[in-house]
Amino acid sequence: MSRPGRDDSPDRLYTLTQGRSRSGPDNPFDLVTLVVAECDPVPGMQSEHVAILRMTERPTAVVEIAAELKLPVNITRILLSDLLAAGRVSARHPRKAAVYDPDILEQVLVGLRNL
Amino acid sequence: MDSATSETRTPLGASADNGLKIVVVGGFGAGKTTLVRSVSEIRPLNTEELMTRAGEAVDDVRGVRGKHTTTVAFDFGRISLDAHNVLYLFGAPGQERFWFLWDQLFSGTLGAVVLVDTRRIDDSWYAIDRLERNGTPFIVACNDFGGPAFAPEQVRDALDLDPHVPLITCDARSRESSKLVLITLVEHLRALYADPARAPRQELV
Repeated sequence: MSRPGRDDSPDRLYTLTQGRSRSGPDNPFDLVTLVVAECDPVPGMQSEHVAILRMTERPTAVVEIAAELKLPVNITRILLSDLLAAGRVSARHPRKAAVYDPDILEQVLVGLRNL
Repeated sequence: MDSATSETRTPLGASADNGLKIVVVGGFGAGKTTLVRSVSEIRPLNTEELMTRAGEAVDDVRGVRGKHTTTVAFDFGRISLDAHNVLYLFGAPGQERFWFLWDQLFSGTLGAVVLVDTRRIDDSWYAIDRLERNGTPFIVACNDFGGPAFAPEQVRDALDLDPHVPLITCDARSRESSKLVLITLVEHLRALYADPARAPRQELV
């Protein structure tokens, strides 16, 4: 396969996001933010939005959505922030404090040992 | 690069709500994707980030005018740890030119595994230096390619590694061995944070 984004002309990517090329610093989506659909696709919706809503019937990480859409992560983030602003998806952000949390580290160890 | 299609997607459980990150850094061919594949519940996926480097100091040095977009590709895999926690493993090339991208992309990571091919140890110097300066906790795993074995002390010396940083040998093709690499990292993290004097002050952007 070709890598996502590589064969897309920049023009197509700009069109998808109405000209926005980068997600701003206030874009809340981390690579591993889990996204969940809050509604079904409706007719007339942008096809990428439809694909995201279908994909996120179960929690799905931003990076997986990007890989599945074959779009760069930052373009995906812009699409997601539009859906979030419209209330069509919700976002479960990583708990940043988890990095230091001994309970979470213990849960990670248990999970890894059970693999 | 492989990519799963919609038909092969394995959805997470409905209660999953906390994504965690571990980065596997290594030179070209060190076995990053192999390790990720060994433990991942999904076939490793590949995706890309476009980075606009306008305004970066590096642009001035090179005399580049205007906006300049860099594309960086990376692989990742996934491990569902329990009903809530999902661990994502990212394979990141360790070369110097990629690092300003990784800093942004992988902020908030639990820690890193530096995967070393002992035949090309110097591929890892820059990554280790950078992780140390960032305060990102890491361990070193030497991927066993069946060549002449180096004593751990030799590798440690060659990498000028802090004595507290765990160094292990692994076979990235083996699920058990790759699991052990991750467990070693998380045990190291637990020990670090249990000791306030040594706890890293990683920048959480």
